[in-house]
Amino acid sequence: MSLVARHLEANGIPTMIIGSALDIVEYCGVPRFLFVDFPLGNPCGEPDDRAMQREIVAHGLEMLHSVVHAHTTIRSRFAWRAGNDWRDRYMEINDAERAKLARLGEERRAERQRLRDTGQVRTE
Amino acid sequence: MKQAAPVEYMRKTREYYEAQGFEKPYQWAHFTECPFTIPNKPLEESRVALITTAANYPRVESDPRFVDSVSIEDPPAKLYADDLAWDKKATHLDDLGSFFPLELLKSFAEEGKIDSVAARFHSVPTEYSQRRTREADAPEILKRCREDGADVALLVPL
Repeated sequence: MSLVARHLEANGIPTMIIGSALDIVEYCGVPRFLFVDFPLGNPCGEPDDRAMQREIVAHGLEMLHSVVHAHTTIRSRFAWRAGNDWRDRYMEINDAERAKLARLGEERRAERQRLRDTGQVRTE
Repeated sequence: MKQAAPVEYMRKTREYYEAQGFEKPYQWAHFTECPFTIPNKPLEESRVALITTAANYPRVESDPRFVDSVSIEDPPAKLYADDLAWDKKATHLDDLGSFFPLELLKSFAEEGKIDSVAARFHSVPTEYSQRRTREADAPEILKRCREDGADVALLVPL
């Protein structure tokens, strides 16, 4: 998504990203980024919280004009209500899961090979 | 309360795929310079294009992904992203407003905070291939935004 923002911006369309993957977005480098420090999936606010969603999206739109140089990240004031447990649980690798992940990898490689062999991949 | 440190998604992803036996780590896009365009009209006169990574139809991980655009007059009741990496343990996508603020943008247009919402919203495939994103998908999104007369774009990646 960051690459799309950069392309639009380079061609005259100002862009605003609202998202939660701070490191990935900043590593790419984008013009304007509102960082919402939530689990990946709800960048515009917690589900069913219309007031929070409204404030976050309005904040993002305001940044289109308030930001004066590229690589600007602003952190939204909101914190995930259910606490911070999700941070460690996301893509967690523990001993119980290692064998499962190794098996999953085997299955993925086999599936990719099958798709390549049968031409079911995007070529353009 | 002390602010928690942001999650290191690049490190976690690298370790996760290593554990699956993928030897070559994914290389995220990285640039030091960055384009910047100053808006040439106020927000209340601007048409806003909405761009998401979710899809308007169900996909599985192995399905080829393409740029897809949908009229905002016929908005979806649901968007799909089972094939994407988001935190399926911590949350859900049952409320569109939490990741796809189309109704909110329409309200902002009615209230005069923005001029209008572009006639179509766009679904961008998050491609493994950065070349494909740069050379095919991003130019296609630009073309469609221009066709719709969008002045600015709001991107809301999952």
